[in-house]
Amino acid sequence: MYTFSNRLKIASFILMAVGVLGIGIGFMAAPSTVEEAKAIVAGHGDGHGDAHAVTEGHGDEMGHGEAHDASHDEHLLHQLQNKPWAALYVAAFFFFMIALGVLAFYAIQRAAQAGWSPLLFRVMEGITAYLVPGGIIVFVILALSVAHMNHLFVWMDPEVVAHDKLLQGKAGFLNGTFFLIRAAVFLGGWILYREYSRKLSLAQDESSVDSNFKLNFRISAAFLVFYLISESMMSWDWIMSVDPHWFSTLFGWYIFASMFVSGITVIAMVTIYLKSRGYLPDVNDSHIHDLAKFMFGISIFWTYLWFSQFMLIWYSNIPEEVTYYVTRIADFNLPFFGMVAMNFLFPVLLLMNSDFKRVNWFVIMTGIVILAGHYLDIFNAIMPATVGDQWFIGIPEIGSILFFAGLFIFFVFRALTKAPLQPKRNPFIEESKHFHY
Amino acid sequence: MASKVIHAFYNDDDVLMHAVKKVKAAKHHIEEVYCPFPVHGLDKAMGLAPTRIAITSFMYGCVGLTVAIVMMNYIMIQDWPQDIGGKPSFSYLENMPAFVPIMFELTVFFAAHLMVITFYLRSRLWPFKEAENPDVRTTDDHFLMEIEIHDNEQELKDLLMDTGAVEINITEK
Repeated sequence: MYTFSNRLKIASFILMAVGVLGIGIGFMAAPSTVEEAKAIVAGHGDGHGDAHAVTEGHGDEMGHGEAHDASHDEHLLHQLQNKPWAALYVAAFFFFMIALGVLAFYAIQRAAQAGWSPLLFRVMEGITAYLVPGGIIVFVILALSVAHMNHLFVWMDPEVVAHDKLLQGKAGFLNGTFFLIRAAVFLGGWILYREYSRKLSLAQDESSVDSNFKLNFRISAAFLVFYLISESMMSWDWIMSVDPHWFSTLFGWYIFASMFVSGITVIAMVTIYLKSRGYLPDVNDSHIHDLAKFMFGISIFWTYLWFSQFMLIWYSNIPEEVTYYVTRIADFNLPFFGMVAMNFLFPVLLLMNSDFKRVNWFVIMTGIVILAGHYLDIFNAIMPATVGDQWFIGIPEIGSILFFAGLFIFFVFRALTKAPLQPKRNPFIEESKHFHY
Repeated sequence: MASKVIHAFYNDDDVLMHAVKKVKAAKHHIEEVYCPFPVHGLDKAMGLAPTRIAITSFMYGCVGLTVAIVMMNYIMIQDWPQDIGGKPSFSYLENMPAFVPIMFELTVFFAAHLMVITFYLRSRLWPFKEAENPDVRTTDDHFLMEIEIHDNEQELKDLLMDTGAVEINITEK
């Protein structure tokens, strides 16, 4: 049995406390009037105002025309008010998506009846324990958006919809009630599968027959169908709809690749951490090697999707599509291209050599870069539409990351203490113990 | 003077693996093992040096990438610049996204083909080459271990019989 070491527990509480402080400062510092907003921007020096013209392409201000200056200032105020909310939302979604990516990986291992991975099942189940608190927090943020506490989703504003023909056409799908119902169904389905599969996994340890294992196989295969549909729709709802005029048909896959590689990276990191503390004695180099191969492969897969989405839109140059990338290249140049370096070049070059995939500190180091890169990926997806060129990775952003990192560590490692780290009666456990590349 | 070698036959890859480990433990040098299919981990058990083909593959990939860049720069930018979809071909960098698929394909093409050719050269294989197998059964269902004899014929025979060989032959090489 794993015991949650005090040092790690205290570290997670400190992360949460510092994070709450950062989030609080972010909300306090947000302006409440147009004058304050202008003062904040003026305080940052010149150069900001010019870049504004670019952010206006994304449609949330169709009707401004004549009263340009006033609406411009109003827009600036909304962007600055959005900042702490967007920071909170990006970090909340990022850590939630790690757990969701692990859940997909786990379900694939179950459905494939994989022989190499049963030793890692408890680690995966521990990480997916974060689905419940993480999912509730994301849901609350979405519900607060629907309740007009913030302006993250511009289509939720009836004023905007009234002047926007395209949004009126989409209102049958993009409306507050249906949005929350969908979110509840997706979260409910994911959490239900997680809890039920975990229950069967624990029951299999005490059972004398393989019925739990077989049932787990069947529900996992069924779950993957539900997951692919719900994950895709979730990515339209929670991420793509911040730019409600823009759409991409492979967006669901793109977000999936991001969460999958982040999830696998975290499995590798938690496994290496537990091994360094003397747990998981039967996990050998070959398991780490396989996880690192997945990190390498899915990083390339992510890049493939990123580039496929980018190149078609770049080449066809259709105004309503290309604004998405124009905004990002103009206002988010460093995070946008920095993300490609972190998510593609870095893992490809570092993890290419077969031997490096077995060096634990190498995997951890690459993993940290991959995680930071995929945080930036979500950042780049949410920020341009919500805060525009007022983005910055400052106190509210880092505070939110620290808070959710602490929460994630706390719930994951607490769940790891609840059951033996090694499944006893999984039919493939012997194969997993002798797994050898 | 032609050297004498001993040929031990096995009919199971697991038995062969154990035999190889035993022979290595007894400090005999294994000339070669002939198999009808690749046996996982045999190279390590025999103590062969790790392959360097991955390094050549990486270098060939770099060559392919360079060829793609130089080629597309010559074709699309220098020799015959066109205006495709409102994107005039004035600079390589600005049109680079359009060339990425070609850069990728040629990297893979060069790495894969040159790696296979390297493997053939290194293994001295070419079309119509006479097979080097000492016994045709190694292309069907038997494994053959070849060990050179240095006045220890009986000792080797006993050892190999012990490891589960199904047949042992002594031949001049």
